[in-house]
Amino acid sequence: MSAADAVGRTYPKTAPYEVGREKIREFAEAIGDLNPAYLDPAAAQKLGHPDVIAPPTFPIIFTMRSTGAAVFDPDLEMDYARVVHGEQRFVYERPVRAGDRLVCATEIEDVKVRAGSIFLSMRTDVTTEDGEPVLAAYALIVSRAADEES
Amino acid sequence: MTATVSYDDVEVGTELPSKTFPIQRSNLVQYAGASGDFNVIHWNERVAKSVGLPNVIAHGMFTMAEASRVLTEWVGDPGAVVDYGVRFTKPVVVPDDDAGASLEVSGKVTEKLDARRVAVELTARSGDDKVLGRAKAVLQLA
Repeated sequence: MSAADAVGRTYPKTAPYEVGREKIREFAEAIGDLNPAYLDPAAAQKLGHPDVIAPPTFPIIFTMRSTGAAVFDPDLEMDYARVVHGEQRFVYERPVRAGDRLVCATEIEDVKVRAGSIFLSMRTDVTTEDGEPVLAAYALIVSRAADEES
Repeated sequence: MTATVSYDDVEVGTELPSKTFPIQRSNLVQYAGASGDFNVIHWNERVAKSVGLPNVIAHGMFTMAEASRVLTEWVGDPGAVVDYGVRFTKPVVVPDDDAGASLEVSGKVTEKLDARRVAVELTARSGDDKVLGRAKAVLQLA
């Protein structure tokens, strides 16, 4: 098959990822963003959140696992050594917060092949275990053509 | 959500405070651990050069996260960032020296939307390169 035939393909929902306070702290420290809303439940509650919330790009941790199923799908013939991250976007219904148990469902929205490079657009819907929508993550992953100079 | 910036105080063209972020190899190692992205091109110079890169490069997602601090620190409540997307146009090259790399990020309100939301566009540069393209966010203001 050609990679373009994979448009609309979906992958099995992931097992729940449990968002932990200390994981949020670790990620916030790694990006140097020490906003109290990430670190201190009382500060987060003052802003109207039930617990500490996660930085806007935190969901890459668990959505990357889900999109990996598509990137490594043998039918797509992506050359992982030549894979680069082209675009990323997060659209929120509400912030991710400690205690969330989140499930990812990835769908291939578009595939383009240009001069041997594959452009894979994916949408990952993230919900709680109970099905409450939390965010959608959009990723464009590019597998560069083998003959292209880096 | 409780943004500390009021929609009424913001106009198209309002600038967010710019920030400069120094990036060193240790930041990339720390980010790799926290994010689980251990791709060798973000910490192994030998491998990075063997695939044609000038040197070790920062994770695109690390650059995106650093740039988001211009949004989260301005708006007060990081939960007020309801939409955030970027295109990775150029890698941030991080040499193994005392200076490392530097990322300069600025932002500007480009549109006032319904429901007390605004659209913001970010500019992120490292050296002479624009490293993020189409870096856009929507913020829920008070």
